[in-house]
Amino acid sequence: MLLEPTLWPALVAEFPFEWHYVRSIIYVSLYVSLVAVTLSTLFSLPVALLVGFKEFPGKGLVTSLINTGMGFPSVVVGLVVLFGVSNQGPLGELNLVFTREAMIMSQFVLATPVVTGVSLAAVSSVEQNVRDAAFAMGGTRADVALVTIKEARYGIATAVLAGFGRAISEVGSVLIVGGNIVGPDGHSKTRTLTTAIQLEARQGQFETAMILGAVLVVLVLVVNAVVVRLGSGNGGRY
Amino acid sequence: MPYSNYNDIQSYFTVAFDVVSMAIQRRRFVTAVGSGAVAGLAGCTALGRDDAGDANGPEISGETLTLTTTTSTYHTGLLDELNAPFQDRYGVTVDTVAQGTGAALETARNGDSDVVMVHARSLEDEFIEGGYGVNRRDLMFNDFVVVGATDDPASIAGSGETTSAFEGIAESGSTFVSRGDNSGTHTKELEVWEATGVADEFGEWYTEAGQGMGEVLVQADQQGAYTLADRGTYLSMQSELDLEILVEGPIEDGPEMLMNPYGIVAVNPAVHDTVNYDLAMAYIGYVTSLEAEKIIRNYTSEGEQLFFPEAISEEPNFEQYVPEEWERNE
Repeated sequence: MLLEPTLWPALVAEFPFEWHYVRSIIYVSLYVSLVAVTLSTLFSLPVALLVGFKEFPGKGLVTSLINTGMGFPSVVVGLVVLFGVSNQGPLGELNLVFTREAMIMSQFVLATPVVTGVSLAAVSSVEQNVRDAAFAMGGTRADVALVTIKEARYGIATAVLAGFGRAISEVGSVLIVGGNIVGPDGHSKTRTLTTAIQLEARQGQFETAMILGAVLVVLVLVVNAVVVRLGSGNGGRY
Repeated sequence: MPYSNYNDIQSYFTVAFDVVSMAIQRRRFVTAVGSGAVAGLAGCTALGRDDAGDANGPEISGETLTLTTTTSTYHTGLLDELNAPFQDRYGVTVDTVAQGTGAALETARNGDSDVVMVHARSLEDEFIEGGYGVNRRDLMFNDFVVVGATDDPASIAGSGETTSAFEGIAESGSTFVSRGDNSGTHTKELEVWEATGVADEFGEWYTEAGQGMGEVLVQADQQGAYTLADRGTYLSMQSELDLEILVEGPIEDGPEMLMNPYGIVAVNPAVHDTVNYDLAMAYIGYVTSLEAEKIIRNYTSEGEQLFFPEAISEEPNFEQYVPEEWERNE
């Protein structure tokens, strides 16, 4: 049933969804994942620089915590965030359960270890003499950090992409904290591409699930292309 | 989705929660700290569905009602049809979260939804007896059917009784896919097994999917297995499946045991003062109205009526408001 040949004509012949429905779930997917990854990048870069170049007791522990976090199961993150934002949880009064904000929170938790871990590897590989040179030329600590980031930019771009990939392809936690909600007008509130795919698959609509899957893959490709482009655009001319 | 795990872990966490609620005095402080963190993280939107109109009584317009419900009402498409006129009339949004009966009630217990529409009377009664739900109404019914592959290896087709059909499946050791997710359908299935006495000796033929009705039907289809399904979801997916109905429910003169009644319950505002009780009651009023009755009656899939409304009746029906077998103790 899965591999019926009729599947392939269906891909080109007809688009089985209302366009505004698909557009709204693409929007929610992108909005949630991009905001989450932006926030986790802002958080992760300073952490990676700090852990990468400062010696402090417990550094080994911090590094292994980050590495453990990279493999954190998303349903567990979803549950923990759910209990945080649930009406009985510490953030209950903010009414965040079943909102995009709660989804951003869980994706932030998921993406941050990935972005931090890969960035850490990237900045650690910047040679000490580059940093020494920047310092010798009279650079402040901020300048040295900037030079390091610039040197490690490909690695950092990879880190951001890995974090984005983790966020946008994830289904467990956004389903739990978001609730997969669509208004009767067909506009997604908390439904993402992944949860929409899961919904189609659970109803045996494998063809339509595949179409949404193709949309997701294209979306990830486009984002990758854009980031790589940005990464190489201003490269090498400082 | 692994609802069974969700529930297991959730009940595990419930214990942790009791500890947390002991510290409820500190909650305002924690929230103040937390809100700063979230404002930074999330841009601080969606603050309060009920902070509109505090000054001059409840203004319903613009508010959001969170409805947790079962997969069957949602996936059949009924709720989209039913909710649209309600939203138009009151200018509100209904956020429908399809979870399965057990999870839907658990979400409501935590105060995360305002109203529940579910189909497992025993679980609803537990919910009401726990003080979490008020103003229960009967809403509608359809029935369950036993479905399986056309070749019917356990020869259960035409069994007049559900129990004998289930016994046949057990005796022949044919694969049976259980929802295994504490949903309304799962609850009914376990009731039937309980009545056959097979419940304690499930063999390898008995598999638990831990997933929604659609996924279970797909699994049963691919394995040539048997399962218990609500008629609505089965009909809406019939064209995708090679399964057929082997034991009919009461709608087609099958055994009464396979009746599948749906109820709607508001979350008790005395337990959770953050729930949108006004809007929940407006919604219950609407779905039990003549207008909604007509929408439910006229809703079809592949030409067949999926749900039969039973909210409106000239005869008094006191049983709908209280747990089954409840007696006044004076």
